[in-house]
Amino acid sequence: MRGWWEETKVDKFSVLFLFLGLFLIALVCITLGNMFYKQIMDIPTFISVIKDPVVINAIWISISATTFSTLVAFFFGVPLAYFLARNDFWGKSIIEGILDIPMMIPHVVAGIALYAVFNRSGVIGAPLKTLGIIFQDDFPGVIVAMLFMSFPYVVNTAKEGFKTIDPRLENVARSLGASQWKAFLKITFPLAFPSIFNGMLQCWARGISEFSAILILAYFPRSAPILIYEWFTTFGLAVSRPISVLLILICLAIFALSRLPKWKRQ
Amino acid sequence: MIKIKDLHKSWKDFSLKNINLEVKNKEYLVILGPTGAGKTLLLEMIVGFHSPDSGEIWINGENVTDSPPEKRKVGFVYQDYMLFPHMTVKENVEFGLKMHGIPPAERKKATNDVLELTGLIPLRDRFPNTLSGGEQQKTALARALIIKPEVLLLDEPLSALDVNTQKKLQSELKRLHEELEITTVHVTHNQVEAFILADRLAVMKDGAIVQTGSPEQVFHKPRDDYVARFVGFENLFDGEVIENQKNVAKIDIGGVVIEAVTEKVGKCVVGVRPDDIIVSERLFKSSVRNTLKGAIMDFVDMDAFVSLIVSVDNSSFAALITKRSFLEMRLKKGSEVYLSFKASAVHVI
Repeated sequence: MRGWWEETKVDKFSVLFLFLGLFLIALVCITLGNMFYKQIMDIPTFISVIKDPVVINAIWISISATTFSTLVAFFFGVPLAYFLARNDFWGKSIIEGILDIPMMIPHVVAGIALYAVFNRSGVIGAPLKTLGIIFQDDFPGVIVAMLFMSFPYVVNTAKEGFKTIDPRLENVARSLGASQWKAFLKITFPLAFPSIFNGMLQCWARGISEFSAILILAYFPRSAPILIYEWFTTFGLAVSRPISVLLILICLAIFALSRLPKWKRQ
Repeated sequence: MIKIKDLHKSWKDFSLKNINLEVKNKEYLVILGPTGAGKTLLLEMIVGFHSPDSGEIWINGENVTDSPPEKRKVGFVYQDYMLFPHMTVKENVEFGLKMHGIPPAERKKATNDVLELTGLIPLRDRFPNTLSGGEQQKTALARALIIKPEVLLLDEPLSALDVNTQKKLQSELKRLHEELEITTVHVTHNQVEAFILADRLAVMKDGAIVQTGSPEQVFHKPRDDYVARFVGFENLFDGEVIENQKNVAKIDIGGVVIEAVTEKVGKCVVGVRPDDIIVSERLFKSSVRNTLKGAIMDFVDMDAFVSLIVSVDNSSFAALITKRSFLEMRLKKGSEVYLSFKASAVHVI
């Protein structure tokens, strides 16, 4: 039987580059593998932890907040992405620059800035408090912190998606009787949807992993990363590991589910 | 009927200047011009994808200058088809009816009729990326036809196709036009296509219409040497009338003197179509006024025809002969031949 090394022409150059890359692959596999391995050695603790209502609540808060913030990012971000993809105007790059800021600044800094604006007496926090919406140490605060840090993923990915859709497809749709709105809904949106969905997925994952900004704006109600951090500092590795493993498993499952239709097609 | 009045439009580094054009009911108008002449922009203004800076567009007695495209009842077909990639052939074709709120039963029947008319029934459930260019263009055509447009606009509809498919679709377009009698504007840079399909021709250059008329008029009486060059006079020479007796002129085209029927005197441009030239191995007696002796410098094989490049003194002529004659005469590079053409076949501009 012939081995893969005979069928694939492998030159020294590729081998070198692959080995360099293996460093990164190993970094992920060893780190997560070690964690899973240690946990498998200690199943009873894992089971008791995942039954703990505090843990379940923290994970629920993380998942619901990131889902909500992803939907908000979708609702406001997709129209913006479409607008930016289709129009050229003076100052466009300034707007695009502003939209990229959340991805550039340290998360702690973003947390401080958000806190200043959204605390009970902040520019936005104070008026909304009178409407009964409180951000500081409350669920809306978790959402805002996640949204701020992760919406650029939706806008940027959706924008790139829209750019690949020929505007002449919309032209044709309009000549066939579709209004601008219908042409968007029936032609451009479905064609760009894989990109939009991809952006939403990144946004969702980025949201659930947010820690620093949430730590400062909304320590309570404890979301999963906060709880993990708190348990790590108070009880140590063995206690904080099970909830970490659980969080990873949930994220991987959701990621796999979202990719399912794509894998099926292939 | 389309009426375009004093249309101006600047777009990017390009502009349409003072376009005045009328397309009669049921007419097949072909706009002929090189790439970058503004043909597509003009079409896109008729359908309403762009609005003009000034001027008016009327369709069937209605001023549509400010109407959005969905209100104009204008079918549009792009060179690269622009089929909706996430829909099947049938769904693509049906789209316009859905947008017009036609009920499903009626929609189904109309879609079937159009698919049948264009011979697309066997392909109805295929997606565009599985179709050949010709099939895609037919689908695009069917999609535009289904809304029963008052005007059909075709933007280089055959240019992306191979020669055989081009020919097939050409006759398909002609048949559909005869059958449906839709007022049609067809844009192309292909002279043959224009000549075959057009009821009337408009020639565009640099954002302006430079000549309109029947294909015969435009091809045989080009208004200036730009049009002449563009509609396919490969043999164009700068010349000077050295003698003109009763409208039969002797014209010097740089060493070679040819005879033409014209009133002109002085400097002029002379055109002879390659297919008006008779190529022979020997001199023969006839009524033909021009006979020139030359040698074949080169030839180009084009399907049924061979285009010869023949040098005569310092000038070179292109002459078109059938492949069969080319083979029978055993012509090759360097062969000596006689070129004959009538004085009336010489166009003096």
